[in-house]
Amino acid sequence: MADFYKNILERWQNISTHRFFWPVFFAAGLAFSIVASAFDILDLYLQLILIYVGINIILTVSLNLVNGYMGEFSIGHAGFMAIGAYTASLLTVNVFPAGALNYLFPLAIIAGGVAASVIGLIVAIPSFKTRGDYLAIVTLAFGMIVKSGLENIEVIGGPRGFLGMSKLTTLPWVFFWTVLSVWIIRNLVYSKFGRGVLSIREDEIASDLMSVNTRQVKIIAFVVSSFFAGVAGGLFAHALQFINPRMFDIIKSTDILIMVYLGGIASIAGSIIGAVIYTILLEILRPLGIWRMVLMPLMLVLLMIYRPRGIMGMREARFFVPLRDLLAAKLWKQKNKEAPDASA
Amino acid sequence: MTYILQQILNALQLGSIYALIALGYTMVYGILTMINFAHGDLFMVGAFFCFLIAVYLQLPFLPTLMLTMFGVACLGVLIERMAYKPLRAAPRVSAIITALGVGLFLENFTLALSPYPKNIPPLLADKTWMIGSVTISSLQIIIIALSVSLMLILDFIVQRTKAGMAMRAISWDKTIVPLMGVPVNKIISLTFAIGTGLGGAAGMMYGLAYPVIDPYMGIMVGWKAFISAVVGGIGNVRGAMIGGFILGTVEILVAAFFPSTYRDFVAFTLLLILLIFRPYGILGRPSPQKV
Repeated sequence: MADFYKNILERWQNISTHRFFWPVFFAAGLAFSIVASAFDILDLYLQLILIYVGINIILTVSLNLVNGYMGEFSIGHAGFMAIGAYTASLLTVNVFPAGALNYLFPLAIIAGGVAASVIGLIVAIPSFKTRGDYLAIVTLAFGMIVKSGLENIEVIGGPRGFLGMSKLTTLPWVFFWTVLSVWIIRNLVYSKFGRGVLSIREDEIASDLMSVNTRQVKIIAFVVSSFFAGVAGGLFAHALQFINPRMFDIIKSTDILIMVYLGGIASIAGSIIGAVIYTILLEILRPLGIWRMVLMPLMLVLLMIYRPRGIMGMREARFFVPLRDLLAAKLWKQKNKEAPDASA
Repeated sequence: MTYILQQILNALQLGSIYALIALGYTMVYGILTMINFAHGDLFMVGAFFCFLIAVYLQLPFLPTLMLTMFGVACLGVLIERMAYKPLRAAPRVSAIITALGVGLFLENFTLALSPYPKNIPPLLADKTWMIGSVTISSLQIIIIALSVSLMLILDFIVQRTKAGMAMRAISWDKTIVPLMGVPVNKIISLTFAIGTGLGGAAGMMYGLAYPVIDPYMGIMVGWKAFISAVVGGIGNVRGAMIGGFILGTVEILVAAFFPSTYRDFVAFTLLLILLIFRPYGILGRPSPQKV
């Protein structure tokens, strides 16, 4: 029996590292999501949950870039999400012609992402002058400033919120953006730039000495992370068709943090697992009412005590790892087997 | 002029509450280099303890204060023992996440038990005096006096007693000090007890000054107190007191001269500006990184 499972696992690993795996997966997923949303295969509730899952994956993966791979601690992700949400909504409601909305929607999402990343740059430049907990404090304050600032701008509804968006976020779009952001961040992590990001987490001074421009790498990683938070915000606004500043407060940021650390730091597969489990678990536990909100943090605490690195912490599913890295790991193992002394 | 004096009095009241909570943050940070994000919610629990004691036991002011502080301190030590102690060797981030989780748990647990905001009954006969044209209420005086005396007691404990010396020693060096025979676990628990006890006292005073309490009140006040601790230089006890009063003053002044909805906005923006120019806070010292 064990053989049987091992066989399946091996076969899955072979399939998932095949070079056609990603194109086929992308095409099949896109086709399924188009068909599913066009012919009502999935009911609307299920579709909405899937949309939330996708948005949460984008948020989790992008926050994992800063908190997991780079080892910094940012707690203002919901603030960037809010900027993306408001920018995209303002564009689709007030600027773009109503007839062409379906075609201009990706532009609005990108604009939301760009707005968020510009703000991310403004936040990043001063906050990476120092290290340690100060990024946590600065991003925390930033989140509060965004919420409080949005509440004071009457033109976009103030504390009452902003509405009038049409339901542009459909399942295919969410699938597209989710895969795109996962793909970009995965490639970023395994690029030369990504090595710099990892080296900052391991030892900032050492990586500085190895000629990594740590400040620049940190700022770029932070800006990329906030870009995708903005994208997620734009999608979120057009899925819910209503946003208000309180949706993007510290509780939302905590939610994203929970997903990152539940799935595991420095792991894209982990982020996806974390976002999927957390979103779906929250829906399943809905009948418990308020007690579900008691149960979730309790689970988080227990998880941190008994498995502090999360489900996939510091590990990666094979199909996210480039072939050259797999090969290098394999060679490393072999070398260590042959000459155990050399491993030290 | 009277308006400004009145506002300064309000600022002192709010500032002393912030300072009391900020002390809890800064003490725990000093000794464990961990941001105890559940501290704001312990403040909220303090307000609810005060409500329970005042309504069901109907004790007078001082016993209520004692019981509240004692109850919250016990809860703080319990949390430290159950949630933070197993993580002392783990990466620092795990402890921070756990603290966020504990905070959410306290909020939602309280919300599940008491879904509606509660009113704390007045524990003190409220008298007001007029000095010139400035109105002073007895509650304001008691809050300010009590906070300041609690802070003086704390300062005495930290600077002059053996336990305080042990606390400062542990925050100075965590590897050598245990070898000198300092009971680290006991001192950490004591730190948590004192810090959360002060937070509980702050919760009670906040509840008396602004009587409607709800399970989420700890979030905003807690974050602001945390910011006070940072402004003063986190890990520095006197800095936390100064930071609390600064933030209280800034907030009240903003509310006095601008629409009050701008209060959080200006407070946090000032924090950011301060952090850019003086990232280690007012009394904090930059610690050089050792290689």
